[in-house]
Amino acid sequence: MALERDKHVAQHALLTLDEAQLLAMYRKMSLIRRFEEKSAEMYTRGKITGFCHLYAGEEAVAVGAIEALYDKDYVVSTYREHGHCLAKGADPRAVMAELFGKATGISHGRGGSMHLFDPDIRFMGGYAIVGGGLPLAVGLGLSIAYKEEPEVACCFFGDGALPQGAFHESLNLASLWKLPVIFICENNFYGMGTLVQNAICQEELYRFAEPYKMPGVRVDGMDVLDVYRAVTEAAARAREGDGPSLIEAVTYRFRGHSMSDPVEYRSKREERIWQERDPIKNLRRRLLAEKRVSEARLDQIDAEVGAVIDDAVKFADESPEPPLEELAKNVYVE
Amino acid sequence: MPTITYAEAIKQALVEEMRRDPSVILYGEDVANFGGIFRITAGLKDMFGDERVFDTPISENALVGGGVGAALTGLRPIVELQFADFLFTAGDEVVLKAGMWRYGHGGAYRIPLVVRCPSGATATGPEHGQCPEAFFMHAPGLKIVSPSNPADAKGLLKSAIRDDNPVLYFEHKLLYATRGEVPEGEDFMVPLGKASIAREGDDLTLVAISAMVPKALKVAERLAGEGHSVEVIDPRSLVPFDRETIIESVKKTGKIVVAEESYKTLGVGAEIGAMLMENALEYLDRPLRRVAIPDVPIPTAAVLEAFVIPNEEKIYQACRELLS
Repeated sequence: MALERDKHVAQHALLTLDEAQLLAMYRKMSLIRRFEEKSAEMYTRGKITGFCHLYAGEEAVAVGAIEALYDKDYVVSTYREHGHCLAKGADPRAVMAELFGKATGISHGRGGSMHLFDPDIRFMGGYAIVGGGLPLAVGLGLSIAYKEEPEVACCFFGDGALPQGAFHESLNLASLWKLPVIFICENNFYGMGTLVQNAICQEELYRFAEPYKMPGVRVDGMDVLDVYRAVTEAAARAREGDGPSLIEAVTYRFRGHSMSDPVEYRSKREERIWQERDPIKNLRRRLLAEKRVSEARLDQIDAEVGAVIDDAVKFADESPEPPLEELAKNVYVE
Repeated sequence: MPTITYAEAIKQALVEEMRRDPSVILYGEDVANFGGIFRITAGLKDMFGDERVFDTPISENALVGGGVGAALTGLRPIVELQFADFLFTAGDEVVLKAGMWRYGHGGAYRIPLVVRCPSGATATGPEHGQCPEAFFMHAPGLKIVSPSNPADAKGLLKSAIRDDNPVLYFEHKLLYATRGEVPEGEDFMVPLGKASIAREGDDLTLVAISAMVPKALKVAERLAGEGHSVEVIDPRSLVPFDRETIIESVKKTGKIVVAEESYKTLGVGAEIGAMLMENALEYLDRPLRRVAIPDVPIPTAAVLEAFVIPNEEKIYQACRELLS
């Protein structure tokens, strides 16, 4: 694996980012982790039902990528999208309320965990069909190009999306039309319980960029700065009108595919190895090693984030159910 | 009023709406340089430039999904599919994304997308010859129109383009060359969700969809010669559906036949029948009759296709049965 390849560049990035940016990244990753831990707890307590796919372990991908974008850039996500949505700036209260199925939820309780959406922050949705977001990102890119806007569309998807036809149609079209799209594949090695090697003929997923004539890189998805660097480059390229890029972020989900997955297909040893590469601990260690910030400051951030999530849970719990009389609202634009 | 073809009427609507609104773009397989598989869009690239009218690869997922993405960021894309059957290859994008995303995401945006779908059996077999409207009537969030004449083809397409919802626009291939009077002027529109009474009558209600309408009108003429007054209703829009016009007609006639080019089971006629059971059973003095494709894939051989597609004789026989 080429994970170590650009490590020195990532180290350099740590030096060039200012403290505020580094702490913002740390805060967001910590926020997502705490959000997901609470989601699991609330699921177990029956407050959240249905499907719930947690992002714990993969925080560096969403945070590194979205920190490298501008606020007006678009993000398209997957069904495992709590992290992307929060990283883009969604209110944790509205996200948690959506998981609870409440009227105050970010999608008013109509979508749930897999259908978060907030056009104000240009978070263009989680979607529940694997690979379903890619054509959408092509459309966003088309729209941006048509209106000659400076934005880019950043599209996250998992390794499970690569064998889908929509992946290939979308990369072809985005490249053919040189659209400002950044395709970010979160390779966590398993499509539910199926290993990448058993699903995809080319397990070095970034190599799918080659036939579609776009740059393809593999980055360490457990290292927020490595992701940040790659997405910064891809975004600059897209904004220059040079077209899309494919970034494979190698990462690991600490929990099962969904809350109902007993995770019997991978070993405890494998899980331990990846947990030692925890992206939050990783950044914390490096910030402390380089004396960029004090331990007390990081502890304080963790405590602040914990309070934000506790408040989000309280808000979601106390929010009203969606009113039945509004059942058919928004099926059509009136 | 000028007389033009159904195909010319569609083109007129495209030109007028693209002139009117720069956010309208048109793309699809072979629409620009070739001028569209049925030549509907010939010349539009030269008229509006290749930023607004462009060719795409054969990638229906990306075409319709891209249309959804472009629509929710302010464009009004018109996607031409070469055949209505190709809606199935973009099933996720049509049903789940275009139809349901707005609702599933709390109504945060609009999807003003039009998908043009050439429909109808023309000896092209099971994958290029269907009128698949009924499949999509089942999916919430989509609007569906099936014009039967040039004026409606133009007026409904203009309304579809200006509508803030996704619209599947079914244009029947066998109607392209048919001619009819079409009002001039950019303001001519036909509202979505309003049926038209193609011929007034008192003895029997004959609901006909798309290419069945000209056949139904001929049947009504023939029955008039036999002393029967048949009311022909063209729903024009299948979603939203103008129930009132049909209920009002049935109140008058007490008898109804539905002619459609869909499969019989759960076709448009099935929905009309159920709707009448719920709303107008007391007015029906004979059972509803459906003239539709028997539940087989559309065969390619001419003799078989002619047998499954409802023709004038079959519609006539169904009407006769109720009138006797």
